[in-house]
Amino acid sequence: MTARLFSLTIGELAQRHPAVAEFLAGARALEAKPDIALGDWIDTLDDDQLGHLGMDRDGVASHLDALVGRLDGVRRAAELPLQSLTLQGGVDKAGRLERLDLTLVPGDVACIVGPTGSGKSRLLADIECLAQGDTPSQRRVLVNGRVLDRAERAAFGGRLIAQLSQNMNFVVDLSVGEFVAMHANCRMVSRPDQAVAEVIACANELAGETFGDDVPLTQLSGGQTRALMIADTAVLSSSPVVLIDEIENAGIDRRRALDLLIAREKITLISTHDPILALMGDRRIVIGGGAVVDVIAPSAAEKANLQALGRIDDELAQLRHRLRRGERIDVLPDALFSQ
Amino acid sequence: MRVTTVAGPPSVGKTSVVVKTATRFAAQGHKVGIVKFDSLSTTDDRVYQQAGLPVVVGLSGNVCPDHYFVSNIDDCLRWGIAQDYDFLIAESAGLCNRCSPHVQGVQAICVVDNLSGIHTPRKIGPMLKLADVVVITKGDIVSQAEREVFAYNVRLANPRAQIVAFHGITGQGAADLAAHMLTAPSVDTLEGRRLRFSMPSAVCPYCIGETAIGRDHQRGNVRKMCFGEPAR
Repeated sequence: MTARLFSLTIGELAQRHPAVAEFLAGARALEAKPDIALGDWIDTLDDDQLGHLGMDRDGVASHLDALVGRLDGVRRAAELPLQSLTLQGGVDKAGRLERLDLTLVPGDVACIVGPTGSGKSRLLADIECLAQGDTPSQRRVLVNGRVLDRAERAAFGGRLIAQLSQNMNFVVDLSVGEFVAMHANCRMVSRPDQAVAEVIACANELAGETFGDDVPLTQLSGGQTRALMIADTAVLSSSPVVLIDEIENAGIDRRRALDLLIAREKITLISTHDPILALMGDRRIVIGGGAVVDVIAPSAAEKANLQALGRIDDELAQLRHRLRRGERIDVLPDALFSQ
Repeated sequence: MRVTTVAGPPSVGKTSVVVKTATRFAAQGHKVGIVKFDSLSTTDDRVYQQAGLPVVVGLSGNVCPDHYFVSNIDDCLRWGIAQDYDFLIAESAGLCNRCSPHVQGVQAICVVDNLSGIHTPRKIGPMLKLADVVVITKGDIVSQAEREVFAYNVRLANPRAQIVAFHGITGQGAADLAAHMLTAPSVDTLEGRRLRFSMPSAVCPYCIGETAIGRDHQRGNVRKMCFGEPAR
């Protein structure tokens, strides 16, 4: 342990980071002896207190040393600039080689299409874990053209990739505010309170029925849960890669959600069955039988069709809105039929 | 022979983690032996056998499982050496969440799962805090935000450990864990080595079969609760 850390008082140390404060509070150091130096405090611990901490005397010192080092390291870790993400083929479900060598750069939006069960989520999962031939697909994912070694992966600290999976549930027993604050702390956001308020406001814009920060996470509806997950990803995450799995099933305004999530300097991959979302990409990755079977660049005609589909979508949204208000739809708007 | 101890609360997926990683070693031509410690009964030996991995089972019965473990682990090493294994993996039931007999100089892995709750990492004692590698399973069942917070809490509880995310069904993470296990020190005997942390001391009539409740039976190492004013 460094001498400097030893000589800091309990109070000073607690101000370094909420996690350090929490450790000291758990050990009852904070309330009892804020002015005593860390080294002296450790000397005062008796067997009972050490037993409670689950460490011996040297263990407490080296734990705090490692903890402070780790937190400072995460804070310092300059985010490794992402230049490219490369997907290299593995095998399909029948074990045949997959012909795939695709490189994406920041700003790219790639859509993944294919029948249900064909392997769209698998591709996203391969990217999320930076697969190195160790997943069922045997694909490899390279960052900046090469395999990241373990130290580099650790330096990223899981911040490289943000993922919105099809998972619609939270399992943790906390209120919305408590959980988002916890997440903001672990992302080392500079103003956690402000970030929490921003996430909840943003989620409420996406969801139909608004909710406050004191609602238990597990009581949110499917749409509210999804809205919160999207807002959390959009506001708290600085990850340069965003993976989105079938956002259209969320029961929320999917185009608005995408506007929040797609940022120009990021690589975005969207698995979807929705024609509007599928045509929004710069590229369409087609999956069948567990492997990528084609990569399509959208044509000019498709881009024009996207505009028309957008207008139809707006009309449908109006109809949905009217139904929700209890209105009748006896006449359909002309715009749905015009070319 | 490289030796690794694997511990973790019940049902976190320890056996899946070991099977998926050990079969990788076996496929590369290494000889891997497994010791499965449990308390009352186990069917996990069949899972290992089906995966083609040789396994012996130790059931602690009415003895504290971790005390049983530490009284037998050196015999396990002798067995492994006699069998000429390259790797010996000892999987133990971490029942009380406090201890697990991690041994100094022997690679110690702790397995925990994302479903066990976000505060769990700080509730688990030396089993997690003193492990060299912490494997986190069942990440596919929770949201990314929960996964992140859970892994962060593990890091706070044990800032020195390597963390491996593991999917017990697909085996995702096995390559990472195998790389860590290749760095396990080779050990021939544990004679004279020490546990990383003492086990709970509990020498009282209940340790030797007492079942009657009452003040008269609370002798030896007894700790009583304190009841102040209830917190409001």
